[in-house]
Amino acid sequence: MTAAVELQNISKTFGETQTLRDVCLSVRAGEFISLVGPSGCGKSTLLRILAGLAPQSGGSVSIDETAIDHLPASARDIAMVFQNYALYPHMTVRQNIATPLRMRRLPAPARLPGIGRFWPGQSSKRRDIDRAVVEAARLVEIEPMLDRKPAALSGGQRQRVALARAIVRRPRVFLMDEPLSNLDARLRVTMRAEIAALHRRLGATFIYVTHDQVEAMTMSDRVAVMMGGEIVQCAAPAELYQNPRDLRVARFIGSPEIATMGSDELAAANPSFAQWLPRQPVLVAFRPEAVRLQPAPDHLPVAAVVERIEQLGPEVLLFLQLRDGNTALTARLAAGRARPWSERQPITVWLPLRNLLLFDAAGARLDSVPFKDMADAR
Amino acid sequence: MPADVTLSAMAARPRRLGARLSPRIAYGLAAPSVLLLVLTVLAPILVMIVLSFTSYRFGETGVEWTGLENYSQLVGDRTFMRALRNTFAYVAMVTPASVLLGLFLAVLIDGLGHGRGFYRLVFFLPVTATLVAMALVWKYLLHGSIGPFNLMLQSLGLPALDIFGDRDLALAGLAAINVWSLAGFNMVLFAAGLTSIPEELYEAAAMDGMDGKLDRFLNVTLPLLGPTMMFVIVTSTITAFKVFDTVAVITHGGPRGATDVLLYTTYLEGFSYFRMGSAAAMTVVFLSIMMIFAWIQARVLDRKVHY
Repeated sequence: MTAAVELQNISKTFGETQTLRDVCLSVRAGEFISLVGPSGCGKSTLLRILAGLAPQSGGSVSIDETAIDHLPASARDIAMVFQNYALYPHMTVRQNIATPLRMRRLPAPARLPGIGRFWPGQSSKRRDIDRAVVEAARLVEIEPMLDRKPAALSGGQRQRVALARAIVRRPRVFLMDEPLSNLDARLRVTMRAEIAALHRRLGATFIYVTHDQVEAMTMSDRVAVMMGGEIVQCAAPAELYQNPRDLRVARFIGSPEIATMGSDELAAANPSFAQWLPRQPVLVAFRPEAVRLQPAPDHLPVAAVVERIEQLGPEVLLFLQLRDGNTALTARLAAGRARPWSERQPITVWLPLRNLLLFDAAGARLDSVPFKDMADAR
Repeated sequence: MPADVTLSAMAARPRRLGARLSPRIAYGLAAPSVLLLVLTVLAPILVMIVLSFTSYRFGETGVEWTGLENYSQLVGDRTFMRALRNTFAYVAMVTPASVLLGLFLAVLIDGLGHGRGFYRLVFFLPVTATLVAMALVWKYLLHGSIGPFNLMLQSLGLPALDIFGDRDLALAGLAAINVWSLAGFNMVLFAAGLTSIPEELYEAAAMDGMDGKLDRFLNVTLPLLGPTMMFVIVTSTITAFKVFDTVAVITHGGPRGATDVLLYTTYLEGFSYFRMGSAAAMTVVFLSIMMIFAWIQARVLDRKVHY
């Protein structure tokens, strides 16, 4: 019922443009993994290659250590849920869900639309299919709608039908291509929880493509961040947030975006930072919750100006500029700790000096190991 | 006082633009198009229906009211009944053949990697050609003694076929010409229908195990072409019903009435024998048949294509 998926050096070129470069990813059996990235990063292409809907230009896909590159989509034991649901509009929900089983279990004459039902000797198979359809429909709570056409359903219900059509044949691997992006925000939150629950119940491997980092972070065991046709980092959500290996990952994960500044600018704002920073210029990044408005141990004060305040209810976002005027910084604080700041008001914030997130000019993460040495040297 | 209040309220109400027009202005604006519609479509039909109850002959000054006599004569008229039968037989040949051929060509060309435009153009060419001129070409091609088709048959050692001289083949021969000219048109309509089927649906079909082309065609393509199919069948039927030019150019209704069709008989009745009353009655019959067909097809096919 579940299987490990291995992608080895997958590349894909469309004419001159290379959409995927040597993508490697191993998905453990039963894992929920998300491919997340901005649009055009190649995540959907990767999913379609995995599904067998598009051939790769190089590399190989294997399931449970068996290469499946030569198999057509239907023989890969993979189900896929599409962004626009891709339900057959002329079929009822029941027929839609039954299609994968009908195509696999019934002989060719018996699956002819309309007259196929008169083909003899299939009644027990048909009963089995119908039972499986009802069971799958029950799992996603659309049993009362089995005899409706997709046009009579809401977006959320259609997505459930699409899920049921994927579940019904009990595949080892589920692929989902932005399944929630056409739903409204509230429904997306409930469906997120339901898909996660479905994953736990089925125990199958889920590979989930999304451009929404919140979806990826909340549902997945691991998240693979894709940028420009490569997987930049693949890690558990918390690890990805706290320990990004690349500046692009740091910027993509987390909202509001992580604030970055040159080490020179930081040192200019408070010269005491200089001894905690490497000699060559680097980029320093601060998550909004790392910025404090009160003095704290191992923090240094920096003068700033309030640019803009966003009230989010439980918390407040404070968008700041350092004194030099072109270095942005964001602070996140509990609503109770907010004061009635006005725009352009000078303010002092405290920035941490331990466990700084440092990146080199190319965006690669610099380990903080040398700074321990520096601290010791002090 | 209340009158005053309402008056001032009305005066205070801002002028609404667009949303509400006084009925007089609305009717005034609609009048030109209503007038044109009445003059060019409804009035002629009405005049024709009135004429069908008279014994009006072309060129006569007096008109005599005869009631249903024209219609009762039509029922007993062997020429007219034969024309009616021939027309139905003709439609029964042309519509399915041109629809299926059009669908076949559209699906075939859609599956091509290269040269789609070229093949579409080639098969669409007959639609652009004048059918009267093409009828002459076909008449020559299928001619009983000098036609290349017969020369080919003879060179293969087969007996010559004089298609338009044979009572059993003449109507089928005309039907073939119409299929040839109509299939390209239907192909273009089906091609447009094919492009509106989302690619994602074929991907879902591939995941669902529809590997065979036939499975995919019967389960996805054909049902989703439903609306197009309905339109194509209706237009093809109507076009086939209106067959006239090939009959007028090639067979003149012959041999011995084998290709007498409704419009041609009506034409002869009205403009050769000048019996306008009787011709009008035939036209009414023709119109009623067309309307019944359009209605039946809309009803029957509507139920299957709605989703």
